[in-house]
Amino acid sequence: MYKYNDFDEAFVRQRNAQFRKQVERRIDGSLTEDEFKPLRLMNGLYLQLHAYMLRVAIPYGTLSADQMRQLAMIADRWDKGYGHFTTRQNIQYNWPKLTDVPDMLDALGDVQMHAIQTSGNTIRNVTADHFAGAAADEIEDPRPTAELIRQWSTDHPEFQALPRKFKIGVTGSPNDRAVTKSHDIGLRIVRGSGGQTGYEVLVGGGLGRTPMVGQVIKPFVKKEDLLPYLEAIVSVYNLMGRRDNKYKARIKITVFENGMEKFRDAVDERFKVTKQEFGGVSADVLREIETFFAAPAFRNAPEDAYLAARNSDPVFRSWTDTNLTEHRAPGYAIVTVSLKAHGATPGDATSAQMRLLADLAETYGHGELRISHEQNVILPHVHKSDLPALHAALKIEGLATANIGLVSDIIACPGMDYCALATARSIPVAQELATHFNSIGLEEEIGALKIKISGCINACGHHHVGHIGILGLDRAGVESYQITLGGDHTENMVIGERAGPGFAYDEIVPAIERLLRAYLEVREDATETFLEAYRRLGAEPFKAALYPAEAARDAA
Amino acid sequence: MARAFTPKVVTANALIEGDVVYLTADDRWSRDHAEAELIEDEAHAQLRLLKAESQKNIIVGAYLADAKPGATGPEPIHFREAFRTRGPSNYAHGKQEAGHV
Repeated sequence: MYKYNDFDEAFVRQRNAQFRKQVERRIDGSLTEDEFKPLRLMNGLYLQLHAYMLRVAIPYGTLSADQMRQLAMIADRWDKGYGHFTTRQNIQYNWPKLTDVPDMLDALGDVQMHAIQTSGNTIRNVTADHFAGAAADEIEDPRPTAELIRQWSTDHPEFQALPRKFKIGVTGSPNDRAVTKSHDIGLRIVRGSGGQTGYEVLVGGGLGRTPMVGQVIKPFVKKEDLLPYLEAIVSVYNLMGRRDNKYKARIKITVFENGMEKFRDAVDERFKVTKQEFGGVSADVLREIETFFAAPAFRNAPEDAYLAARNSDPVFRSWTDTNLTEHRAPGYAIVTVSLKAHGATPGDATSAQMRLLADLAETYGHGELRISHEQNVILPHVHKSDLPALHAALKIEGLATANIGLVSDIIACPGMDYCALATARSIPVAQELATHFNSIGLEEEIGALKIKISGCINACGHHHVGHIGILGLDRAGVESYQITLGGDHTENMVIGERAGPGFAYDEIVPAIERLLRAYLEVREDATETFLEAYRRLGAEPFKAALYPAEAARDAA
Repeated sequence: MARAFTPKVVTANALIEGDVVYLTADDRWSRDHAEAELIEDEAHAQLRLLKAESQKNIIVGAYLADAKPGATGPEPIHFREAFRTRGPSNYAHGKQEAGHV
């Protein structure tokens, strides 16, 4: 893992000291809220519906055991004993007091973490594939690249007041788990014709009010050219992007309105200058960062205990069927720990759960943890012979739910239970869907399915790219839920199609049940997933299930 | 004819805790919606909002929210304001907690 150098350490400490003074000046009245707000947002502090919220960056989703323990300590000492992991690999504390936040930031600084640029019109926390450095299908670990971008973008003087926020995601695998096509810039590590690795650069993706799939601006950028090329993109956007209307200010609109060709030409022109300016710095720093991400010393051990447990324990077997992913090292597995126990709040972890995960990462997982954009925790390097003990230990804190990739593994934003921007609740919808499908026993039969719920048009819950997306809206003072179908968050990204009129709060779970029962009826066999059936048959049979009255009228 | 004025309460968040607060008729900030001053006159509402906004060291983000008279005091109209009177639905936190100030 990356370790702060003296410069990083001094920078974070200095920012925290500045913010402590700013808080003091806000409280003694020498700063107004209008003056203070941009300062607190620069440091990740929001004011939500019921309280402040501190959003802490987890760069590229990677945590050490010590960092996870510190997150637990902070939750206990200054919050309500839990944290909420988000779809951008951050953790949010929902109940800090303004007066405690400087201490919380210092405690984060003690473990080389911060909340800088988790808000505002800046380059936000850089996200990456949560299986980075472990996945069998990976070309190269994307985290050194993400760390390079973090260093370049943090406090970048030219990019502190962009037209709008700016999100970058990186994948090192052709199977895109980092949703790169929904980012302002998506980077995919690819192999060039000579076998060397570089980046396919995508630009202009985004969800929200105007969902767009990112488009390739450059099929191959050499590693040494990455930072000057990114600098060129962001500086062109900084000048060309609209500032007259915040809903038209993201780079996706800039690219859309100007056309990719014009935008690309402007970037190429700017790149001639930035390439000169950067010289070889980008490559030099990247090489140094790469040394921090060396793979752990994997061990060779027999897998007999694992195979025996699978044969003797059906609960363990079922968990290994859903929660494991193929590792690149022989005998190892990637373990996804579900934060979606049926009825739990997606992405929430108690301090006890965090501490247990930290301990288990140390005992069985080379001390590493990851947070996924799907709001689960990953132990990336576990030898299969340790899985029975790990599984047993996870049960202690209710962390052994075997539902990864199933109907109850739902992404949900905080929605109107916390968020000041929300137009409806998302969490209770997720809770009720998970509980309901568990109680009627259909979860396993339905199989692979991505339900994603957002509580407003800004789409933090990625509803556009859910196989089933649910968007909570305020329709004339009543919560209303719109369903989209057929979305796909992978390298083949598809924006889901709106199924029809929205459903009331108490109608949404029955509507999803009708939809999924229809899927079970029409699928060719159990191997055809919901998404595959939708693609084969189109929306009609599913719309008919959602809107039976309309379907009956049409048939009459 | 001018549209009837929907009664309002002045609401904000407390500066230190962020907790939802309401301006009372006797110029206190209460954590309880039922204690809020129900303002039935538009001009008076603007004056009360100005009064609230001047208290920058106590509260943040004052605004007028629609309300209606109820059995024990003003009640919210919109569901967002109803959620603000109690806290989140997934945990008994915020105003639902015992001993909440």
